[in-house]
Amino acid sequence: MIVDLEKFIKQEQPYWDELEGLIALRTKDAAHESDLAESRRFYYLYRRATSGLARIQPFAAEISLTAKLDSLVSRAYPYVYGGRKEKTRFRPLHWFCVGFPCAFRRQFTAFIFISVTITLGSILGAVAVQYDDESKSTIMPFAHLMGNPADRVALEEATDLEDQMGRHNTFAATLMVNNIRVSIFNLALGITYGLGTLLITFYNGVILGGVMLDYIRAGESVFLAAWLLPHGSVEIPAILFAGQAGLIIGQCLLGWRSALSVRERFRACAQDITMLIYGVAILLVWAGIIESFLSQYHGPNLYPWKIAFGTIQLAVLFAFLLFAGRNQEQEDAHA
Amino acid sequence: MHNQVDIETPEGIRFSLQLAGPSRRLLAWTIDTFMVLAILEMLSGLLGIFNIISADLTTALALIAGFILFFGYNMVLEWVWRGKTLGKWLMGIQVMDIEGLHLHFNQLVVRNLLRVIDILPALYLVGGISMIFSPASQRLGDRAANTIVVVTRKPPETDVSRILPDKFNSLRAYPHLEARLRQRLESEELRIIIQALLRRNKLDADKRVALYEELATHCRSLAPFPDEVTRTLSDEQFLRNVVDSIYNQKQHLA
Repeated sequence: MIVDLEKFIKQEQPYWDELEGLIALRTKDAAHESDLAESRRFYYLYRRATSGLARIQPFAAEISLTAKLDSLVSRAYPYVYGGRKEKTRFRPLHWFCVGFPCAFRRQFTAFIFISVTITLGSILGAVAVQYDDESKSTIMPFAHLMGNPADRVALEEATDLEDQMGRHNTFAATLMVNNIRVSIFNLALGITYGLGTLLITFYNGVILGGVMLDYIRAGESVFLAAWLLPHGSVEIPAILFAGQAGLIIGQCLLGWRSALSVRERFRACAQDITMLIYGVAILLVWAGIIESFLSQYHGPNLYPWKIAFGTIQLAVLFAFLLFAGRNQEQEDAHA
Repeated sequence: MHNQVDIETPEGIRFSLQLAGPSRRLLAWTIDTFMVLAILEMLSGLLGIFNIISADLTTALALIAGFILFFGYNMVLEWVWRGKTLGKWLMGIQVMDIEGLHLHFNQLVVRNLLRVIDILPALYLVGGISMIFSPASQRLGDRAANTIVVVTRKPPETDVSRILPDKFNSLRAYPHLEARLRQRLESEELRIIIQALLRRNKLDADKRVALYEELATHCRSLAPFPDEVTRTLSDEQFLRNVVDSIYNQKQHLA
């Protein structure tokens, strides 16, 4: 209990001012490193301010003083109890080469789930196109996929390479932007307990399965592989990684086989979600460039090269995801 | 809808953060949207230089710049400016961790990515509904990122001069009871008394009498002033004297 409020304020004011100064120092300079003595002083001042707040709170009329101390304690609190690595540096290469593959491996179960979902969708799409001709009009997303694949292949191959050169930059940018936007949406739909993500992925699978079977049935498997593999070997996995991140959000909400609270689960997974979507964005930028500058060129003499390129790219991607950043992982485990 | 979150420190001390309401947040978002549009307009002017090389390249760059700006504006500003964007700063609000800790960049990424759902079908309807049902006024992105949006600007202090008694305050004759009242009356109770007196003319006469009676009885129970003092005062006058006793002490300290 404070007997003499005036004396109390006079006595404590210099300590509050000193704490205010130390907070300002840290706020202005995020890279500020305090030594042991300064940290101890900061903690002492923080404890003194919290104690002052506890003593002043019962004084009804001291609304502004309570608010001032409330504000002081709330600003000092995160520096005492931490939570943020102040020196989070902009390291895009490290995030992609280490953060992204590590997150992928940590959340591998979600990747299995999303892969199974797209596979089931593909099977349904293929079965639907095989046994129900009318389903093609429902499944195919673009008009140019509605016709006979053999006609399209003949047309594409007859077009001179010079004529195939078009507005590649705009096309690549449009592909990147649209694919990343769709991936973000797929991720965000995880907030529907993962159901929205699963549905979107399943639907993508249906389209993919339908298109693939349509071309295989028409005897255009080589064209299909040469058309899809160069960019699809990156684009399709990237869409799956976005779905993987969406399922992580769903799992955080569901809490299946977890003793943590929703808040703790989200806190534990936020970094993996960020790393996955970052990796997705980089991969989709690459896929956009490949789709615009390579996939759209058709000709029988190009097919073996395009298929080889796509296959190697797919192998490299999964080798990267399985092995990259393992040293860092081990270091973190030791730490 | 709740208007504050209380955080208890490991030392057992509680401090509170005032939550920003939907209207304030919507205004901040509107300002930020105009800001993004203005930057885009400037950028498209600047990117026109690339027309010398290729119109195709200019269109591609404009598309990418617009996309990065749409998603990056909030993320980057909230990270660099510790939870604020221009709109938030103007509206006196900022993003904070729900436990009062520092924001992680990951949290900002998650809250801003989930904006694509919150904004649906238009004008943040999904996010708005989520805020109404959330105890910490969180949209879906905030829930997933463990963030809240709080008011940083302090509310103006209530001007109590209008309700202070014009006559002599008879309670001053009993400083020990005034002191007891000051210590026992809680801030929230004092706020209710002040608001009840300030809104005097807006209250229905019967309800006003009943409310003042209830408040005065409560104050008397906290500090039992002698009957000869309270008998001569109406409940309203007694409450005005209570406010005067408390604030007069504060002014004296100042």
